[in-house]
Amino acid sequence: MSWALDHLGDILFRAGQHAWLAGLPLVLGLLIAMPLGWLANRTPWLRASLLTTTGLLYTIPSLALFILLPSILGTKILDPFNVIVAMTIYTVALLTRTVADGLSSVDPSTRQAAIAMGYGGFARFRAVDLPLAVPVIAAGLRVAAVSNVSIVSVATLIGVSQLGDLLVDGYNRVIWGELLTGIVACVLLALVLDLVIQAGTRALTPWVRAQGGRP
Amino acid sequence: MSARAGTLTCMIRFEGVTKRYGDAPGGSREPDGSRGDGGDTASVAVDNLTLEAPTGQITVLVGPSGCGKTTTLRMVNRMITPTSGTISVDGRDTATMDVAELRRGIGYVIQHAGLFPHRTVVDNVMTVPRLLGVGKREARTRAMELIERVGLDPAMARRYPAQLSGGQQQRVGVARALASDPPVMLMDEPFSAVDPVVREQLQNEFLRLQSELGKTILFVTHDIDEAVKLGDQVAVLRVGGVLAQLASPAKLLADPVDDFVAGFVGRDRGYRALSFADAPELSLADEPTVRLGSTSDDVRAIGAPWVLAVGDEGEPMGWVRSAAVDREVTRDLLHRGGTVASTSGSLRALLDAALSSPSGRGVVAGDDGRLVGTITAAEVVPAIEARRAADTAGRVPAGGRPSAEADEATVRAGEPTTEEATAR
Repeated sequence: MSWALDHLGDILFRAGQHAWLAGLPLVLGLLIAMPLGWLANRTPWLRASLLTTTGLLYTIPSLALFILLPSILGTKILDPFNVIVAMTIYTVALLTRTVADGLSSVDPSTRQAAIAMGYGGFARFRAVDLPLAVPVIAAGLRVAAVSNVSIVSVATLIGVSQLGDLLVDGYNRVIWGELLTGIVACVLLALVLDLVIQAGTRALTPWVRAQGGRP
Repeated sequence: MSARAGTLTCMIRFEGVTKRYGDAPGGSREPDGSRGDGGDTASVAVDNLTLEAPTGQITVLVGPSGCGKTTTLRMVNRMITPTSGTISVDGRDTATMDVAELRRGIGYVIQHAGLFPHRTVVDNVMTVPRLLGVGKREARTRAMELIERVGLDPAMARRYPAQLSGGQQQRVGVARALASDPPVMLMDEPFSAVDPVVREQLQNEFLRLQSELGKTILFVTHDIDEAVKLGDQVAVLRVGGVLAQLASPAKLLADPVDDFVAGFVGRDRGYRALSFADAPELSLADEPTVRLGSTSDDVRAIGAPWVLAVGDEGEPMGWVRSAAVDREVTRDLLHRGGTVASTSGSLRALLDAALSSPSGRGVVAGDDGRLVGTITAAEVVPAIEARRAADTAGRVPAGGRPSAEADEATVRAGEPTTEEATAR
C-alpha cells in the first residue's frame, strides 16, 4: 500500500496508457468485426471459414505478434501502434463470431416482419438486426475487454509502457508492493472497462429491462 | 360481409402460379432463407394456382400443413419468388414493381405478431409510415388513433412488446399493418397463437374493423372454423398446393366438391351451415322470469320446473331449477350450460340456444342484451325446412310471416357471423 502511495503519479500514467492500449482496439475491433459478422451471418457458405479464420487469430501468441508486426507494418519496434494493431486483431478474433451470433439470434418472425415492411439490406441491419444483437455483442465485448487488459501487459517485454511494467519490475526486483499494485490496478481497470460497457449497453437497450432482463 | 358478385375489380390475381422448390432453375433462395411450407427438396409447394381475391373482401386460404398456403401468401409481396405464373395487385404485375414499394403498400400480419422487441408499441406502429417518409409527429398521431382503434389502451403506447399479452401484441401487429392505410392486407395465421377466448375476441373485432375499412385481405389459416367465420370466400388447398375448391363459406359447407374438401371441412356441416342461414322471422314465446335476488316462493309461484332468471336490466342470466331453490336466487344457483341467441343472430344460434337450454326453451335476447323471448327446437326446425324448400325452388325465402301476436316478439336471423353468447 505504501509503495502504491509513493508511486501514485507513475501508476496513474501507466494505467492511462494501459486503458488506451486496451480500449481503443476494442472500438476499432468492433468496427471491423461488425461487417465481418454481418457477412458471415448472411452468407452461409462463408460463415464457417470466416469464423474459423478470425477465431484462429486469437491463438497467435501475443509476444510473437508484437515482435512480428513491426516487420509487416514497417513500424519501429517500440511504437505503441504495434500494440494497438495487435490488440485490434485479438478483438476482431473474439468479436466476429459474437456479432454473427448476435445477428442470427434475432427472432425469425421479427426479421420476416421487417422484410415484409420493405426494409432493405442495410436499413434492416441498422434499424432492426443490429439493435437486437446489442445484448449478445455486448457480452462478447466484455470478454474482449478483460482479455485485452490482460494481454496488453505483455507489451512491457517490447518496451511499451503500461501497467505490465509494474508486474515485470516488481517480479524482477522482488518488490511485492509493486507486483501487488500491478495486479490490483489491472483488475480495477478491467472492472472499469466492464462497467463502461455495461452502462453503454443499458442505455442502448431499454427494451431488455422491459422484458425482465431476457434479451 | 355478404358476397357481392360480378362487377368488383380484382385486387389480387394469381394466374397459373407455380412454386417449385429444390430442382427449380434459380429463384429458390428466399430473402430470409426460409422455404415456407413443405420443406423437402424438389417439391411443388404451389401448383398452377389461379385465384382472385376481390377488392374489399376477405379471401381465406385454408388447408392442411404442406398445402402451400403460406407460400402462396408470401409470393404476393415477393417474400417468395414464384417459379412461374404472374401475380398482379390492382392490375399491376408484382414482378415489375420495386420490391420495397410493393411491400410498403401491403399490410402484413403474422403469427406471434413479429413485433420489433426493441421498439415501443407506438414506434412499432409508426414503422411503415416512417419508412414512407411521413413526419414523426404525423406518424405518431396516426399511430395513436390506430392503437385505440384496435382496442388497446393508449397508455400501452409507451410500453415494449414484451410487456403485452399475446392478444395485445397481435392487436399491435394489426395496427402496424394498417398504419400506412394499405388497400391490401396479408395475414398469416394471425390469431393461431392465442388462447381460444382471446382468439374469438380478436376475430370478432377483426370483422368489425373490416366492416369499417373494407380492405382486400388474403388470410391464411389451418383452422376451417376460422376460415368459415371470417371469409367472404374460402379457398381450400390440398397438399402439393392444388386449389381444391373456391367458394363462399355457406357453399363450402353445403356443397363440398370432393371427399378431400368434405373431410377437411369436417363434421356437423349441416348444423354449421345454419350460421349462414337467412331465416324468416319467427314468433317467440313470452317467458315468465324472476330477478336475481327473488325468493324461492317467487320461483315456485311461476310453476315451471325451470325458471329463467334475469338481471336488473332484464338481461337473461341463466335457468334455475325450481325444486333446487331453497333460498333467494343467486348467481351460483344458475345453470350455466345454456347459450343465448341474439335477435340479429343466425338460425344456428337459435337452434343451439334451444338445444343447450335445460328447459328446452332457447333464450333469445335483443341487441341491447335484454330478454325478448324463448323458442323451442321444434319451432326452429320448420324454419330450417322452409329454407331448404325455398333453396330448392331457387329463391330466397320471402318470409311468410306467422301472425305476430301482441305478446310475442319477432326474431330475424340475418347477420351470419354473430355467434351466440354463453348465458351467464
